[in-house]
Amino acid sequence: MRFSENWLRSLIDPALTSEALAELLTMSGLEVEAREAVAPAFSGVVVATVASVEPHPNADRLSVCRVDTGVETLQVVCGAPNVRAGMRVACARVGARLPGLAVERVQVRGVESRGMLCSARELGLGDDHGGVLEVDADCAVGSDLRAQLDLDDWLVTLKLTPNRGDCLSILGLARELAALTDKPFAAPQIVPVTSTLDDERAVWLQAGSGCPRYCGRVLASLDAAAPSPAWLRRRLERCGVRPISAIVDVTNYVMLELGQPLHAFDLAQLEGDIRVRLARAEERIKLLDGRDVALDSAHMVIADERKVLALAGVMGGEASGVSASTGAIFLESAFFDPTIVAQASRGLEIASDAAYRFERGVDFGLARAAMERASALILEICGGQAGPVTEVLAALPARNPVSLRAERVQRVLGIDLDTARIERILRSLGFAIVRQAGTFVVTAPSYRFDIEIEEDLIEEIARVHGYENIAPTLPVASTPILALPERIVPTHAIKRALAARDYFEVVTFSFVDRELETDFATAVDPVAVLNPIASQMAVMRSTLLGSLIECVRFNVARKQERVRIFEVATCFERETAGFRQTERVAGLCYGSAYTEQWGERSRAVDFYDVRADLGAVIGHEQLRFEPGVHPAFHPGQCARVLIGGDEVGWIGALHPACQQKYELPSAVVGFEIDLDAIRSRVLPAYQPLPRSQPVRRDIALLVDEDLPAARLRDAIFDAGKPLVRAVVVFDVYTGQGIPDGRKSLAFRVLLQDTERTLTDGEVDAHLQRIVNVVQQKHGAALRY
Amino acid sequence: MSDVASIDALVAEAEARFALAADAASLENVKARYLGRSGALTELLKGLGRLAPEERRETGGRINEAKARIERSLEEQRARLRNEALEKKLREEAIDVTLPGRGSGQGGLHPITRVRVRIEALFHSLGFDVAEGPEIESDFFNFTALNMPENHPARSMHDTFYVEGGKHLLRTHTSPIQIHYMRSHRPPLRVLAPGRVYRSDSDATHSPMFHQVEGLWVDEGVSLANLKGVAIEFLQRFFERTDLRVRFRPSFFPFTEPSAEIDMSFGDGWLEIGDCGMVHPNVLRHGSIDPQRYQGFAFGMGIDRLAMLRYGVDDLRLFFQNDLRFLRQFA
Repeated sequence: MRFSENWLRSLIDPALTSEALAELLTMSGLEVEAREAVAPAFSGVVVATVASVEPHPNADRLSVCRVDTGVETLQVVCGAPNVRAGMRVACARVGARLPGLAVERVQVRGVESRGMLCSARELGLGDDHGGVLEVDADCAVGSDLRAQLDLDDWLVTLKLTPNRGDCLSILGLARELAALTDKPFAAPQIVPVTSTLDDERAVWLQAGSGCPRYCGRVLASLDAAAPSPAWLRRRLERCGVRPISAIVDVTNYVMLELGQPLHAFDLAQLEGDIRVRLARAEERIKLLDGRDVALDSAHMVIADERKVLALAGVMGGEASGVSASTGAIFLESAFFDPTIVAQASRGLEIASDAAYRFERGVDFGLARAAMERASALILEICGGQAGPVTEVLAALPARNPVSLRAERVQRVLGIDLDTARIERILRSLGFAIVRQAGTFVVTAPSYRFDIEIEEDLIEEIARVHGYENIAPTLPVASTPILALPERIVPTHAIKRALAARDYFEVVTFSFVDRELETDFATAVDPVAVLNPIASQMAVMRSTLLGSLIECVRFNVARKQERVRIFEVATCFERETAGFRQTERVAGLCYGSAYTEQWGERSRAVDFYDVRADLGAVIGHEQLRFEPGVHPAFHPGQCARVLIGGDEVGWIGALHPACQQKYELPSAVVGFEIDLDAIRSRVLPAYQPLPRSQPVRRDIALLVDEDLPAARLRDAIFDAGKPLVRAVVVFDVYTGQGIPDGRKSLAFRVLLQDTERTLTDGEVDAHLQRIVNVVQQKHGAALRY
Repeated sequence: MSDVASIDALVAEAEARFALAADAASLENVKARYLGRSGALTELLKGLGRLAPEERRETGGRINEAKARIERSLEEQRARLRNEALEKKLREEAIDVTLPGRGSGQGGLHPITRVRVRIEALFHSLGFDVAEGPEIESDFFNFTALNMPENHPARSMHDTFYVEGGKHLLRTHTSPIQIHYMRSHRPPLRVLAPGRVYRSDSDATHSPMFHQVEGLWVDEGVSLANLKGVAIEFLQRFFERTDLRVRFRPSFFPFTEPSAEIDMSFGDGWLEIGDCGMVHPNVLRHGSIDPQRYQGFAFGMGIDRLAMLRYGVDDLRLFFQNDLRFLRQFA
């Protein structure tokens, strides 16, 4: 909300600079978002009348004016095309200081000029430079322009929180300022208009709690074409409201001044009694903004006996609106329920100043005073006569007393506030108070809609007392030692381990283009976002791989030759009852295995590099890999990752088709693992050190080419229990000497007995048993 | 033949020849000429038998002394050659120590993580636990339990993303974690809830996905003064600046009462850095905590915003573009 500071100061004028006033409002919860001077600094400009205009003897486009400033007549050379005799203008006298200009006595092409007639732009009052500024005829000649136009004013924009509807008016702000400065304010004096007409409309309240108070009045014999006075138009403009016509301007003015939205109906368009009721199915209304909307029973309307006239509290109808030819009006001042107005405004997407106020809560005690205020102004401007006020009442919103304990104030705020101070603050805010032992029973005024519980009152006290006057203290608390489960690896530790393996962490959006899911996810039907801001953020990802590929592509496009990235984030899948949300860690490597360096030969990163990274991060002994098929990966270079027999993720080289589609010049290898699976670890359990020496034997076995090495290695290990302690593949060979379709796998086997050193004979016999087993199970032949 | 002069000459000759030896083998060859079985000194000793007893003793003494001198000289020369050989080996093995190390490099954490780790560590020192929660959240936990029932005007300030079905949404703040945590833990409690949040807004200062950290402290008698104390202390520690100014501006949030916005300043102008307040009794009730006995404060801050201010990043979008040239600056 924007308002004129001078308007506010006309009700309460604390001894504060404009800046200090803004600071005070901000620090009390009414945030001043912007503050702008109405006019830049200038001086020496007076209201004057152009007495005569003669052509300049030596210049076609200039004229020589005689200008009456009230005390003297000046000769001024002027270049403006609009200057004419009789015009009231802003005249800068010699010695005047304008923005960026000092006015001096000068000769203009041989003619003396003793001043300057100013355009709006020259005074910093606008962009208009087409001619001199024409000043209203009611401005006194000779008076200072700044005072006449009230230019020493500030436009203050407040960013009000939704609970403070009571501050959406000059009156409300004055009330608040009075409480903050502990000074009285002068409420506008409202004198009821004497009704001289009998004309009256019956009003029927048929919307229950939607409208518990309605005031209506006929104003007749009006001159609707009469112009609004300059002061009124100026105040509207300074509050950001465009002047339209006297009647509309007055309703807006009273809304800005008191906070009560009003509406004027053209009386000639009304047929019979006024009814505040819920709309009927199939009813429609064409609104003042030209929109034609369909109504239903959730909408509250103002209707006459034949038709809908207005959407209550939101906007009037076009047909019953006032125009320049309106001779009589029916003026409405009512209280409409915040919820029902909010629903209509939001549901139909119609914003209006009235709805903005009603949905935040308008003072339900205000309707009649606002009616009188508006009546008086309309009669003053448009002439005419007023009928009696018809006021209909139902059950107004309740203001339940709230108990406030002084002790509780202290406990919640953490400061000592004596009861006198508490009471003073509450009273300054207009709360009614009944004191009982140690407790205040507080009733909020009709303009406050945000006081329901004790804490609401405590906030009010803190706000007015000043948050800055609450000294910060650190809490005194018991200090138990936090749990630190050793079996859980912190996520940050996993991230650090990946960073140590040359990966950079990235953060990408959780919503992706549907196509990324199609290309990279094992599940095909991702969870959709109902209202995405763009199609590339349409679905919740079930895999991080797609986002990471996009990220690689982004960096490759920026001439990065080597990209190694990872992300830890949640993946989303649909479940029968809701959504499965799994945290995963995924990584991608692109480019050479090592940064370019003198000491290592350059080669592209491959499956085994990334596998080694996983091993280093997760722990080699836990991990198992089995060939698998995943849509994102090369079918011959892809493995399911298993921990303790459970599938926990995938590793593989990007499928060449994907690589081509995403325009990546070289291969990408990646992985994706469930975070929970790798966050648990086994607590170390000490085993006595062996007293005997281990025996090392190497065996080479011929097997079918497609037998996974890990399967053979596990078979050797299992068959060799308990003497075999470790089995490591140290050579893989195909080629000369190996039959087609077979390969040679060489293992280093470590055997050890805990009690004694094994003899050669025992070792040989044990190895032979192992070879026999793997021969039977896997067709392995010992290679000599 | 065995006079003093000739023996001295022999010793001098041996010393000179030892010194000329270029390597261990030639030194040992020269040694044989003096100390070997048919070496000069051995020959002299053999000649002793021909001398008279007194003369024999005197000459024998001289010869033994000469032998000792020659052996000493030999040892010195052996040491010299060993040193020379070692020096040579060391010279040959010298490397260019300015060449870079071999093998793989170092990656790095994302600046958001870096800041998050720092925040968690600071609050950990105050005894705060860390909790996370679901990102697809129910309407109840995101709004209703936080005192924003259906049709509450504050809901419309959240620019919410809804997911299919319409009953679930992408959490608009990390505050729902408070509720989950209160329901699973008994007070007193101190918990930090960092995570990703989502709002339908996008420009240089807004991202549809961003990061928040929420803090909650519930106990008997935790006050607004305490909230101020903790928030100020945190910000000063986080930015490592004691001249950092912090102010609390009254505001309105449905889930806290009283509520405040936290602004901070390094000297010129105020920057909004977070929201806070005393937990609304309705929120405590939704967390199964008795609001008559317990009270507490909650605060929320943008991790991204803290990161921007900490490292001087001027465009929020950089955090989500993941340009390696950007990320390397935080490694």
